[in-house]
Amino acid sequence: MTPRIRRLGLSLLAASALTLAAACGGGGGGDSATEASANPGEKIKLTVDLFGDFGFKPLYEEYKKTHPDIEIVENVTQFNDHHSNLVKRLATNSGAGDVTAVEVGYISTFTAQPAKFTDLKQFGLDKRQADYLDWKWQQGLSKDGSQVLGLGTDVGGLAMCYRKDLFEKAGLPSDREEVAALWPTWDAYIATGKKFAAADVAGAKFVDSPGEIFRAMVNQAPVGLYDAQDQIIVDSNPDVKKAWDLSNQLTQEGLTAKLAAFSPPWNTGFAKGSFATIICPAWMTGFIQEQAKDASGKWDIAAVPGGSGNSGGSHLMVPKQSEHPKEAAELIDFLTSKENQAKVFKEEGTFPSIPALYDDPEIQNFTKPFFGDAPIGKIYSDAAKALKPQHLGPKEADVRVAIGNGLGRVEQGKQTPDEAWAQVLEDVKKIK
Amino acid sequence: MSTLPLAVTRRRGQGMRHTLDVRVSPYAYVAPFFLLFCAFGLFPLVYTAWVSLHEWTLLSETQTFIGLDNFATLLADGYFWNATFNTLSIGVLSTVPQLVLAIWLAHLLNRRLRFQTLFRVSLLLPNVTSVVAVVVIFSQLFGRDFGMINWVLSWFGVGSVDWAAGTASSHVALSVMIMWRWTGYNALIFLAAMQAVPRELYEAATLDGAGNFTQLRRITIPMIRPTMIFVVIVSTIGAMQIIAEPMLFGQSSGGGGGIATGGPDRQFQTLALFVYEQGFANSTFDFGYASAASWLMFLAVVIVAGVNFLITRRAKGGLV
Repeated sequence: MTPRIRRLGLSLLAASALTLAAACGGGGGGDSATEASANPGEKIKLTVDLFGDFGFKPLYEEYKKTHPDIEIVENVTQFNDHHSNLVKRLATNSGAGDVTAVEVGYISTFTAQPAKFTDLKQFGLDKRQADYLDWKWQQGLSKDGSQVLGLGTDVGGLAMCYRKDLFEKAGLPSDREEVAALWPTWDAYIATGKKFAAADVAGAKFVDSPGEIFRAMVNQAPVGLYDAQDQIIVDSNPDVKKAWDLSNQLTQEGLTAKLAAFSPPWNTGFAKGSFATIICPAWMTGFIQEQAKDASGKWDIAAVPGGSGNSGGSHLMVPKQSEHPKEAAELIDFLTSKENQAKVFKEEGTFPSIPALYDDPEIQNFTKPFFGDAPIGKIYSDAAKALKPQHLGPKEADVRVAIGNGLGRVEQGKQTPDEAWAQVLEDVKKIK
Repeated sequence: MSTLPLAVTRRRGQGMRHTLDVRVSPYAYVAPFFLLFCAFGLFPLVYTAWVSLHEWTLLSETQTFIGLDNFATLLADGYFWNATFNTLSIGVLSTVPQLVLAIWLAHLLNRRLRFQTLFRVSLLLPNVTSVVAVVVIFSQLFGRDFGMINWVLSWFGVGSVDWAAGTASSHVALSVMIMWRWTGYNALIFLAAMQAVPRELYEAATLDGAGNFTQLRRITIPMIRPTMIFVVIVSTIGAMQIIAEPMLFGQSSGGGGGIATGGPDRQFQTLALFVYEQGFANSTFDFGYASAASWLMFLAVVIVAGVNFLITRRAKGGLV
């Protein structure tokens, strides 16, 4: 699941977590270890570190019924903090959860350190390989492919969410098939945006901000920010430059609401209907539903311009420092099982990484009233089936920040796209 | 222990103990502070200097000695100087008005008032509030689209200001947050000092026909100069170390940018935030570089605080 916790944006809660969670999380992990070893007869406490609501809560309850000796504690931290905390806890060898989530942007950072994680093969989880999308499975392996370090939760197949009511106001078609026909390519998407802007719908821009659009466009390319040898190729990959240019075109045509994703004003933007379209990986649907509570029936989902791609998705891993690797592995097996991925999808919108589900009528026919009964099961199944996997490098997150800052500078009118690009390349060069 | 010889030894022992007591006890009494200071103040300072001389990241097992390379890179790093400029700019913008305001508030409260305790306590309230709450709320007030400040400005025909986007405007916004938290606190310290100024001086001045403002300028301020020196130095040190405000402002303002870059153009990244970015927010976790930056920041704090000390001490004053 992708940056779902950023849904809290910077609410008080998340912000105070910034200062508190490290201490609390660390303490929790340590306690479980000492307690269990001191009193072997007592319950085993497993901590699960996440960066958002993965929709696991009901599953824990179910699991406890069949495993009465297991107690599960969930720690949720903000997206960025979660991953940097994990790095610190691995380095200092204490404080990490028994199970920890890792988002796809960080997965190769961690699979590059196989010594820090439990090989789930030793608990027989390699049997799950057949269940998974092959590329999703590969992402969870150590670099040499010999160890299974993480099991996938969800994938973020792409779609485009849009506000029907705003489209109607702008005199654009609002039916999802017709809308999809408006933008077979990103150029057509921008052209549609210009039409939307020309209609001058009060208080609404065409898109929230170029950041996530850029990410989606890069993810649609066969090769992204890294080549297969883990070299950063931002400066030489024409697809990255093309995505950059298109993103800035959105800004320069005045189509963006200048609301950076996952910030509090962006959350407000949902409630106020400040933007008409937003790039919509599967996990985003749950997010929209939560942010735009009053907008039920106004949002709908159409195919994404420019073909399929993946944006986001997570793995669950067991740090080596866990005192209960066997129990943790069993829990992961349960949380990522076919049935449970289907359950989580229906509740939270995060889309399964198990292809057998994609043709399951239960998923295929699944619709959400919030999105005008859009067949989200079918939309995201099609998206996931058409997905071409892309190789991700160890510092994806840093590269994305550098590029995101560049897009932001153009958006805030501080630099021309060319100046910003030159600075992006300088920044990227510094990433070691 | 037996009984008889004990009496003798005890007496001799008492003499010894008395000497020990006189010589050693004072050190024992102050020792806890110095022990804690060594553990949490001095040791990190020295260790940071040691780390700064190495290629040292959290993730790698080996640390290579590279001498002053980190410092050389740092001095050539435009982002470091940008952060230094921002720190000084925010420091001046927040500290100067803050101290003027604090003296004025203290002066107002330094007279007989109804409910004076209530007023004095309420001065401290903003300081008690969590910095997170302050920044989150102020970020909303300074919001571009739906912020209250822009709403008020619109009455006067001022178009909506994107506070977080501009360099100057973001510095102003951050300074307001800092002032909100610290003005009352400093006012209370000034007030305490003002209450120690002998009343007769004011009475004599009143007889000589000095007005309220003249009394403040000619009596109060010179008399509380030691306190002013203290407050100026503490505020300077505080201002040089600002981190929470810009970090949270960056995340809650909707302008984008990394978690610790202080806006996409680093328009409000302070030195402390720069250190945090290098050491903890990048996935490189470059401790060596961050340590070098910390040391330069430490030197900058010492220099700026020293300059301010000299300026305040030399400031014109008639009485002391």
